[in-house]
Amino acid sequence: MTNTIGNRHGSAVVTLPSDLEILITREFDAPAELVFDAWTKPELVRRWWAGDRGVVTEAQVDLRIGGRWRWVMTANGGFEVAFSGEYREIDRPHRLVRTEVFELFPDAEAIGTLTFEESGGVTTLKILARYPSQEHRDAAIASGMEGGLQTSLNELEELVRQSA
Amino acid sequence: MPISTYNVCVARTPTTTDVFNAVAEGSRRALLDALGVDEATVGHLVDRLGLTQPQVSKHLAVLRAVGLVSVRADGRRRWYRVNGPALEPVFDWVRGFESTWNTRLDRLDDVLVELQTKENST
Repeated sequence: MTNTIGNRHGSAVVTLPSDLEILITREFDAPAELVFDAWTKPELVRRWWAGDRGVVTEAQVDLRIGGRWRWVMTANGGFEVAFSGEYREIDRPHRLVRTEVFELFPDAEAIGTLTFEESGGVTTLKILARYPSQEHRDAAIASGMEGGLQTSLNELEELVRQSA
Repeated sequence: MPISTYNVCVARTPTTTDVFNAVAEGSRRALLDALGVDEATVGHLVDRLGLTQPQVSKHLAVLRAVGLVSVRADGRRRWYRVNGPALEPVFDWVRGFESTWNTRLDRLDDVLVELQTKENST
């Protein structure tokens, strides 16, 4: 099989299977082991996690049950965005369950369940995030993402400062 | 765009529009899903969803009030259908999030392609 950069670009699909959940689905032309590694090897996480929103400055992974993970990016606006949590289930290359906290909102701990299903050389990645309440789930979506939320908060702060 | 993609359950926050409130209820989302397949009468919907006739009528009234569902008369029958464009605010709400994850996972995709190219060339 020949892979071409960009073949599947833009093909991730987001659905909301329940009031508390967000599901992201994306296929990759790669073995499940490799996709799994991209989520669990710091040197690989560093290369993609920030997307186009910034630069990954920290990618800690203690891949064992109860082990902690902490990923930090410096977003393009100059501020830091930190996510962290704990590994709950590790079944390479099929399944990974971890808690996820956006450190600005430590009470809104989500459970992230990642499944990697390989068939005919194509791995389907499903990222299911389950939030403690619908409000938290909606906040996660409304923010677009962590960077978007932080941007909004910074803008709000600026606005407050100007009007003071 | 399949109707299931619109099958979202949305915030009841003060900033939401009527459309958001209308789709925040599970039975109404089920109605939209069913009507997304094909137009239907109240009787069809009762059979398909296992709701009572008054329930279906009540939810259809809410969906009609916010423009999510339209109706046409055919003799004595009334056929209901989804009005897709009215769902746009709901779709937009999720689209920003989806766009962020697309960028991120596209980057991941590129890393995977590169890793495999290296593997093959060594």
